[in-house]
Amino acid sequence: MEKMLLKRVDIPNANDIDVALKHGAYGALSAAFGMRPVDVVNEVKRATLRGRGGAGFPTGLKWELCARVPGSLKYLLCNADEGEPGTIKDRFILHQDPHLLIEGMVISGYAIGAERGYIYLRYEYPKAIGILEKAIEQAYAKGYLGKNILGKGVNFDLSVHRGAGAYICGEETALIESLEGKRGQPRIRPPFPASQGAWRKPTVINNVETLSNIPFIIGMGGDAYAKIGAETAPGPKIYGVSGHVNKPGVYELPMGTTLREIIYTHCGGIKGGKKLKAVIPGGASTPILTESHLDVKMDFNSLVAAGSMLGSGAVMVMDETVDMVNVAYVLVRFFAHESCGKCTPCREGTAWLYQVYTRLMHGEGKEGDIDLLLYICETVKGKCFCPLGEGAIQPVLSSIKHFRADYEARIKSGVVSH
Amino acid sequence: MSDVIEDSRFCRSGGDKIMFSDAVVEAINQVRQKYPDSQGAVLPSLHIIQKAYGHLSYEAMRFVSQHLRVPESDVFGTATFYSLYRWKSAGKHQIQICHNLSCSLLGAESLIKHLEQKLGVCEGQVTKDGRFSFIRMECIGRCDGAPAMLIDDDYHGELTPQKIDEVLKKYE
Ligand SMILES: Cc1cc2nc3c(=O)[nH]c(=O)nc-3n(C[C@H](O)[C@H](O)[C@H](O)COP(=O)(O)O)c2cc1C
Repeated sequence: MEKMLLKRVDIPNANDIDVALKHGAYGALSAAFGMRPVDVVNEVKRATLRGRGGAGFPTGLKWELCARVPGSLKYLLCNADEGEPGTIKDRFILHQDPHLLIEGMVISGYAIGAERGYIYLRYEYPKAIGILEKAIEQAYAKGYLGKNILGKGVNFDLSVHRGAGAYICGEETALIESLEGKRGQPRIRPPFPASQGAWRKPTVINNVETLSNIPFIIGMGGDAYAKIGAETAPGPKIYGVSGHVNKPGVYELPMGTTLREIIYTHCGGIKGGKKLKAVIPGGASTPILTESHLDVKMDFNSLVAAGSMLGSGAVMVMDETVDMVNVAYVLVRFFAHESCGKCTPCREGTAWLYQVYTRLMHGEGKEGDIDLLLYICETVKGKCFCPLGEGAIQPVLSSIKHFRADYEARIKSGVVSH
Repeated sequence: MSDVIEDSRFCRSGGDKIMFSDAVVEAINQVRQKYPDSQGAVLPSLHIIQKAYGHLSYEAMRFVSQHLRVPESDVFGTATFYSLYRWKSAGKHQIQICHNLSCSLLGAESLIKHLEQKLGVCEGQVTKDGRFSFIRMECIGRCDGAPAMLIDDDYHGELTPQKIDEVLKKYE
């Protein structure tokens, strides 16, 4: 497949507007403005684009819900929090092709009737802030942002809002709270952001990669786009691969490429010629898979059928030397650190899990600890205010399911790590 | 801090007006324009003050509250929620080393031990000469270059103990 989303990423200085323009940036704007907003929404629906932030919600449907709400003040928010451990994909667009994202946002804003947008950027991307602010300034200077864009009477203002170190702010309603200057804790739904989001106005929140697809959908038409990759969720997908592979990095491939092809063809296989032991297909909160799952297609539905999730497409690969208790410990520590404290099952559950894992890591595991871990997971499962808690128990449940022997060995031997 | 919480739960309450430099005030006024209400400017205002003074403080929160006319309790709640607002000075250069999964698989823990020995400090402390401090991070989104760290705004990846030693020399 020819690169789309990462095409300009490979071109030096493509984050400069003059370079980007030479390579087609903002080319889809006039086509989009030649359509009625409702037709832009319909084109995205025809493309059957599903959100790339993790949940895979149909983008056209989300837009339609917001576009239909009466009222002229609406917001478009770009989720550039990229906090899911293992996730690196949005960074490449933010750093090297910010104009693709801005173009996508202008078109999206036009489609849903929003004249104001924010990019919610994680604080841990300090380089991206300067790049984005410069790109936005350039886009204003060339008339791709601001009032009366391309002389077509379309208005769109855009700025960047920096987070301050909180994974939960990637969750869309926590993101809104954080944008409004509050603690980043999720809101109850309904009302959904599409009807009452930022400052209680109708709001659409989309991931960086999702929004970056929009210019291509307008450019080639929804029907042509829908022919790329998996039938149930077409389009190009940026997979970010890390861990024990020879060539970690980002790979733009048709949605539904198999895990085996990603790891062995594109990433050059496992480092040092070792064997693969485990792989996390979509970021820290997606269940761990094993060698027997390598032929799974990396799309939303196929991964659910295989017992995991596509999440953010962040593939983390582990070789045969890895102790899965250690892996679960690292991930549980993360979730315990990031639990926002709003609901009890997640706040307490992640803290308890962390305590048990700490004991295991100190070589003080006890008979019955596996059951204790499973019991704590049971008290969290399905009982949390937002999906963070549900994500936190996935590494525990899946590592026990597939690698129980690692736990038993550690409890028996009392090996101390760290 | 209980005395202060008592006497000024809201921004209108009396007490001395706290002064921050004109540049900081101007930057906050600028950023305020980006939001439909003043509370939206709380996070960026705290960032501006942290950048200018190295860390936040009770006075900083009170200033933001007064200046933006947002209840002190709300500013306080926000400022204390996020893990990257600081309450004491970092070193002249702040090292943020990742210990999440991809970095950990490739040796982050032994690198952190190396840093501790090399700098002679634990996480959160500043070296005697004031040059460095370090903190552990939960995924800095550089998994493709793991193990990785940030020093101030710059990434350094594919770290080894030797590479860390080399890199640190570049920071005066
Ligand atoms: C705990 C948590 C963290 C999340 N972090 C992110 C994130 O960093 N980036 C992102 O785009 N979506 C993240 N999401 C998903 C968002 O809530 C939301 O579904 C997404 O931004 C919608 O955009 P999309 O439809 O384009 O995928 C997170 C969700 C949860 C529950």
